[in-house]
Amino acid sequence: MQPPDFTPVCPIPIAPYPHVLLAHGGGGRLMRQLIGRMFLAAFRNPLLETQHDSTVVELAGKKLAFTTDSYVVRPLFFPGGDVGSMSVHGTVNDLAMSGARPLYLSAAFILEEGLPMETLWKIVCSMQQAAQRCGVQIITGDTKVVDKGKGDGVFINTAGVGVVEHDQTIAPQNVRTGDAVLVSGDLGRHGMAIMAVREGLQFESAIESDSAPVHEIVLELLKAGVEIHCLRDLTRGGLASALNEIAEASRVRVEVEEKSIPVREDVHAACELLGLDPLHVACEGRLVAFVAARDAERALKIMRGQAIGAGSAAIGRVAGSAEPLVTLKSAIGANRILDMPSGEQLPRIC
Amino acid sequence: MKYLDEYRDGELAQKIAREVHRVTTQPWNIMEVCGGQTHAIVKFGIDELLPGQITLIHGPGCPVCVTPLEMIDKPLDIAARPNVIFTSFGDMLRVPGSTTDLLSVKARGGDVRMVYSPLDALKIAEQNPGKEVVFFGVGFETTAPATAMAIHQAAQKQLKNFSMLISHVLVPPAMEALLSSPDCQVQGFLAAGHVCTVMGFEEYFPIAAKYHVPIVVTGFEPLDILQGVLMVVRQLESGRAEVENQYARSVRREGNQPAQKLMREVFRVIPRKWRGVGEIPQSGLGLNEAYAAFDAEKKFGVVEHHVAEPAECISGLVLQGLKKPRECSAFGTRCTPEHPLGATMVSSEGACAAYYRYRREPAVANA
Repeated sequence: MQPPDFTPVCPIPIAPYPHVLLAHGGGGRLMRQLIGRMFLAAFRNPLLETQHDSTVVELAGKKLAFTTDSYVVRPLFFPGGDVGSMSVHGTVNDLAMSGARPLYLSAAFILEEGLPMETLWKIVCSMQQAAQRCGVQIITGDTKVVDKGKGDGVFINTAGVGVVEHDQTIAPQNVRTGDAVLVSGDLGRHGMAIMAVREGLQFESAIESDSAPVHEIVLELLKAGVEIHCLRDLTRGGLASALNEIAEASRVRVEVEEKSIPVREDVHAACELLGLDPLHVACEGRLVAFVAARDAERALKIMRGQAIGAGSAAIGRVAGSAEPLVTLKSAIGANRILDMPSGEQLPRIC
Repeated sequence: MKYLDEYRDGELAQKIAREVHRVTTQPWNIMEVCGGQTHAIVKFGIDELLPGQITLIHGPGCPVCVTPLEMIDKPLDIAARPNVIFTSFGDMLRVPGSTTDLLSVKARGGDVRMVYSPLDALKIAEQNPGKEVVFFGVGFETTAPATAMAIHQAAQKQLKNFSMLISHVLVPPAMEALLSSPDCQVQGFLAAGHVCTVMGFEEYFPIAAKYHVPIVVTGFEPLDILQGVLMVVRQLESGRAEVENQYARSVRREGNQPAQKLMREVFRVIPRKWRGVGEIPQSGLGLNEAYAAFDAEKKFGVVEHHVAEPAECISGLVLQGLKKPRECSAFGTRCTPEHPLGATMVSSEGACAAYYRYRREPAVANA
């Protein structure tokens, strides 16, 4: 076998970014560049190249899904959740995006010197409760402590393993012309909940994060035999990033309609105030599903039948294979591109 | 959402658009002055609803875009210094100067913070008496009163560790500069509603009369913009050149007088260079002598270096309405929001960035 073509020159000092910016973790185009030019280039293999939320591997005749994610949210506790429950939900959701039944998680803690034990205990209890709710066990872990000032209280990494008990191929490459595009609830709540706390925005009632496990929705869809072509967990970069990544991977054109996309009024208001697009804002308990057109109505009914999917909606379709593109029919009936955010979401001046 | 959905109603939009079609008998070029309006036009596809004879020209009303490169290099110099907390509105942070941007300065250890108001910067100065806190005061008449208020309060509190880099610009002189150019294509204006909320619209009467152009003070929602266009077209078709107010729910003729008083107290009118356009007399705000102690340029002895703009960039022509973004050979290839060559690709409110974000493919507009 040929050794990989490793050039000693770092591929990233693409001027003007010779240093890592926060935007490189923002779920937008800069992060895609970093992953594509640095990580994919270095670790290249067919499994990694599927670029899915979790990767399915075959071991001794069994199909397993495997994933990992790190959680660095500030503040550690926010309306609707905390870093502990989020670190379980997020990884469970990544496994569910392959249609896997989540089974086992690891938990690695990077703690900052001086973190109150009571805070850590609250986080750990929250993780245990979330794990119980999701039907997963935390079976291995690691603990590191860094100097005061070198961490943000606590960073958590979880990896997860799940078992794939169906024969469908659920991956971006499997999206087909005519597929219906469904979302499992209102968008942008997690991002705005965090932003509201950080920026001290006061609303009539606090915006609560949507942090929640979505695996049961997926398992129900599979049980009913719905033909699922692709699933994606809507996290950083929001719906816009997810749709663009899928359009690119499957080389299709996706059309969605603004009026059909559920966004809660308080989230919409907060976004207007800060000059943000709710379709670029992160969720932590929402998925987008690409399903065969003939199964769309049935799928929507099943999703709405789950408490966590009660707000599900059909938002668009795959228009055809062409130059990868996502278009949005605006509220006043004109079409435009729905682009991926570039980096971090920065509020506008006026 | 209340007070918003009413102004985004699809059926009403179609109705106003049909009326524009009905009254339009010949080609007209209308400039929307404000970047916020440009953004809304491209985002909602408002121009697609208009008759082909109406051309919307995207004006120089994006404060981030028109801030010259030399000016953007100054905060980068100050923010990189030790013992400085540099504060700015969010969208100035990733605007590239000649070599780097504020987010990169932050990545290399500079203390750069995003704030929503200059008054937040003032608070940071009070909380950090051992540090020099600097705010980058950018924007039109819309943001200038808040900058003035922060300086006024800093003076009252006798804060010694607070200063500002001021790069405020004024809209009416830029409109006049465009109108007096021999190449000017603009036949009517949608004036920027938020600017007029502060300044009122009396200063537009002499401009409308001198250059015989209709000027309609216009809001930012799709129905506002469509109605503004309809009002301008009606004037053009009947040969009138008047100042009208579409945005009456927010704008009064005399504007916000306490805000204007505060601005006069803190600022004086000076010439200012506009990126992509050049120097325009009486088009900027600088600090009055009495507040010179808060001038960060003086405090830090910042030296201005002339920086050449990339020759390929046609942002000056775009800002004057002589070219559309897609007519540029670098658009979407060598020039993108991640690697902008010039003014109009820099901010999300610039014409090129708005086209890149919502209209990369010509096919989309007609889809």
